[in-house]
Parts: sequence; C-alpha cells; structure tokens
Amino acid sequence: MVGGNHMKVKTSIGEKIFTFFNTLLMLLLMVIMLYPFLYVVFASFSESNQLIQHSGFLMHPLGFSLDSYIAVFENRLIMSGYGNTIINLAIALVLNISLTSLGAYALSRKNFMLRRPIMLLITFTMFFSGGLIPDYLLIRALGLYNTRFALIIPSAISAYNLILMRTSFENIPDSMFESAKLDGANDFTILLKIIIPISMPVVAVMILFYGVTQWNSWFSAYIYLKDRALWPLQLVLREILIANNLDNMTTSADNLDKAALAESIKYATIMVATLPILFVYPSLQKYFVKGVMIGAVKG
Amino acid sequence: MQINKSNAVNTIAKKPSYFTRLKKDYKQNKYLYFMLIPVVAYFLIFYYQPMYGVQIAFKNYSFKYGIWGSPWVGLKHFKGFFDSYYFFRLLRNTLTLSLNDLVWGFPAPILLALLINEIRNNSFKRIVQSVTYLPHFISLIVVCGMLKDFFSLNGLVNNIIQQFGGEPIQFFIKADMFMPIYVGSNVWQQLGWGTIIYLSALTGIDPELYEAARMDGANKFRQIINITLPGIMSTIIILFILRTGKILTVGSEKVLLLYNPTIYEKADVISTFVYRKGLEESNYSYAATVGLFNSVINFILLIAVNNLSKKYTENSLW
Repeated sequence: MVGGNHMKVKTSIGEKIFTFFNTLLMLLLMVIMLYPFLYVVFASFSESNQLIQHSGFLMHPLGFSLDSYIAVFENRLIMSGYGNTIINLAIALVLNISLTSLGAYALSRKNFMLRRPIMLLITFTMFFSGGLIPDYLLIRALGLYNTRFALIIPSAISAYNLILMRTSFENIPDSMFESAKLDGANDFTILLKIIIPISMPVVAVMILFYGVTQWNSWFSAYIYLKDRALWPLQLVLREILIANNLDNMTTSADNLDKAALAESIKYATIMVATLPILFVYPSLQKYFVKGVMIGAVKG
Repeated sequence: MQINKSNAVNTIAKKPSYFTRLKKDYKQNKYLYFMLIPVVAYFLIFYYQPMYGVQIAFKNYSFKYGIWGSPWVGLKHFKGFFDSYYFFRLLRNTLTLSLNDLVWGFPAPILLALLINEIRNNSFKRIVQSVTYLPHFISLIVVCGMLKDFFSLNGLVNNIIQQFGGEPIQFFIKADMFMPIYVGSNVWQQLGWGTIIYLSALTGIDPELYEAARMDGANKFRQIINITLPGIMSTIIILFILRTGKILTVGSEKVLLLYNPTIYEKADVISTFVYRKGLEESNYSYAATVGLFNSVINFILLIAVNNLSKKYTENSLW
C-alpha cells in the first residue's frame, strides 16, 4: 500500500518536470513558427524611414504608416494579379470538383468491371511521369501556351484528391445506392442528388486542397505565360520579392525615400497576398486535417 | 473423377469472354462509363501523352518535325549527359539536399507528434497544432521572399549575428550556406503539418496498453519505446517508403527561387538543370534525357524500397 503510494508520487513528479519542459519547448516552437509573420506585420505598418534605419528584432511597428499599403493598392500589376488569381480559382474549382467527383463516384462502385484497371492507370501517374519537357511541349501543342487555361486544365484532377474522395464515397452504405437504383435513379442523379449532398465535408476538403494549390501556384504561370496582363498574384509577388523588381512600384518621392518605401512595400505585399489565407485558415483548419485523415486510412 | 472433369470443362466453356462480360457490364453500368470519359481522357492526355513524348530523349527534337517525326539519335544524349562535367555535380547536389532533408525533416514530425500527444491541456494542444500547421499554407513565393529578406546582408539574421559580435554572412553568395537554408526552411514549413498523420495513428493505440505498462512501473520513456513507437511503426514505414521514392527528386521550384549562378556549384540540382537546359536554352531533347534519367531512377528506388519493406516488415504500398 505504502509502496504503491510512494511510486505514484514519484511518477507524478517526473511527469510534472516533463510537462514543464514540454510546455516550454512548445512555446518556443510557436514563437519560431509565428515570429516571421509578426515581423512582416510590424514592418508593413512601420514608417519606411525608421524601418530602414532599424536593425534587429521588431516588437511593434516603428511609428505608424499606411503608405506601403496605399502603394500596393495603387499598383496595377498587383491588382491585375489579384483579379487573375480569383478568375483562375473560380474556373479551376468548378472543373476540379466536377471531374474529381465524377471519377471518384464511378471508381467507388464495387460492381464496376473497369474499376481496378482504371485505378491502376491513375495511381501509376503518382509515381512516374514524363517530366517537365514533355509537359511543356504538350501545352504548346495543345495551344494552351500563354493562355490562362494553361494554369487550369493541366491540373484539373489530382490523383491524390481523387483517391481521397473515392475513399470517402466507398464508406457510404451500399443500401443508399441500391434503394435509389430501385427508385429508377441513374448514376448521375444519384451522385448529384444523394451523394454530393451527404458528402459536403469531403467536398469542402476538396475545395480547400485544390483552392490553396491554385492560390499558391506560380511555376506553371512562370513557364507558360509571357503576357504580364495574365499573370496571377504569385508571379507578381515573385517579381517583387525574389527578382527585386520594384521599378514601377514607387512613383513620386526622391531616391532615398524611394529605397526606403520599396523595402516596406515588400512587407505590405506579403501581407496583402497572405491575408486571405490567414483569414480563412482558423475556421477551415479542421477540414484540412480531416482531408489528411481520410487520405491516411488508405495510406 | 470423370464427372468432375466434364464439369470443369463445362464451366470453362460457359465462362463468357472478356469482351462479352465488358458488354454486359456496359449495359449495367452505362453511366459510370460516361462519367469516366473526361477523367480517363484527362489522364491519358496530361500524363500518358508526356510519357509517350519522353521518346524525344532518344531523338533530336525540333518543333518542325514534332515528337514522332524528329530523327532518332539513340543514346547520344544519355552519353553526353553521363560524360559531362554536370553529371556528378547534379547528382551530388541533389543527393545532398534530399538526404539532409530526409535526415532532418523525416524524424522531426514524429518527435513533435509524440510531444504534442503528451500535452494534457486540450486547448493548449489545439493552439500548438494550429500554430505549427500554419507555415504549410503560406505560398512558396512568400516563404522564399521572407528568407531572402531575413538572410540578406542587412536582414534580421545578420543584425542578430552582428549584435553578438559576429561578422555578417552573405548567405546567398556562400555556396555552403545553401543547404542549411534550404533544409531548415523546409523543416519549418512542413514540421507541424507532418504531425497530423502520426497524431491520427496515435489515437488508434489502445489506452489499456499504457495502463498495463504503468502497472508494471514503466516510465514515460519506456512507454514511448515499447508502446507508442510500435503503435505507429507501420505509418512511419509507409511514409518512409514514399519518401525514399523521392530521394532523387528535389523539386525545382524552391531551388529556382533561392539560387543564383554564383552558387550553382552547390545549389544546382537535376530538376533546375532540366529547367535551364530545356526552357531557357531550348535544348529539349537533352533536357528530356536528364528528366527521364531522374524519373527512371526514382521509380526503381521506390520499387526497391517497397519490396525490401514487404520482405522484412510486411508493410507495402501495393
């Protein structure tokens, strides 16, 4: 009895020490994950003259100025990039969701004879591909070069997402399909009227996965779009953040101010491009996690 | 015996041919066939056509003659690539980046998942998860933009180095600094997100196992070694197989955004080389050769590791 009690106390002290250090470590980790964003937030609202003279960590904005944000919103390239991304996103999502659910539905039907061979055809593409150059030549041959469809059609279906949606459809009881069939409904009607309405969580996961990919993608645009008017937001960002091309950003002001403003414009640009994601992220996080979980069931 | 034999013959004769069964299936599942037309067409056009197109690796491709019409040159491009100065450099850089990424990036989420799993306060746990998942959603351009800014000569990192009395480092001109920046930022981006799959595997472990271990006086560390790790081992192995299949794949995107000609010696990888040769210098056949070499090696690696795992651990992708 006494020995048992003694042991309990002993482990709980060990556990307390562990919990303390674990909490400390987690707090440190969160600082490492968040501070880069906080720095960008503070820098974007800072007076550009003060910012350029400052060195080291920022714990608050230096002064307060919205000049960099005004410059961002007055910039035509950024605004057209925003517009293009939204247009592309809308078209792509319609295509992504409809094609993926068609494929997922058909391949989830167990009595369908071509189920296995077509799954094999699709799964193989996850492990082997022709590569960049044949892809590029194909886009040119199809006449998609320098059109916004080069960013939309080639990524219409992701094999991974299709398998994920199929797994979720497979978990719907067969009786639902059979009773609808007995009522004379065909597969299109079943998919549209029964399966999609009860699968809204997985549809949400699809919209998020495809949506974030499209929002963040830049490489296709980089190799397929010569026309700046078609550039999506990320490619415009690349020009500003990576290629350091701010020439057309700053209009008035003398050279020193110009250099200073250019620095803070960078931060404001990051904010403007990232805010939509940060904004929807907290409320949608559970859907993302759910998506990874469904995928994990099948490995 | 006699009867059995004739029965067997009968069933063979009765079994309809593949084509007849297909016809019957089509009658039964007509709409499924219609549904799959655009899907199969998509995969044929955007995945299998490029696999057919990869034959330009054995040809001298020109726009004028197209994929089919361009003249065959056999293994000329392969020989050219293997004999070139770049072959060794690309292989070394690709392996260096990807092996370091594996060594640092693979165990980190497992470790973090184990630590998150030990957090008893549920709301603190949720906050830790939300915060660590966040970098996964930030676009690569923004991540690289921040890296370029923080590691620039007057950037945050050099400010701190100078405050501690160090000399500022030109991170993006020093070739040896490329790998740590690349790998470190990868870990930062993927650490939290990578825990999800392990955390979900951890929920599948029977709590009674821990109860029994505690009765036996096993401490936390022993519990992790004897219960937790074995419980998620199959997840770890499957993810490891998938990762090994990509050991010779270093995506071009992040490297393209971070490197510059002064550090090609350490930063140029196979995929970025394919990009420059093919799309900047229009040397399509040569670039396709390098790309094909890469795909084939990756595929062989994946199959080899998967077979090894099947043999020794009974875990397999297919």
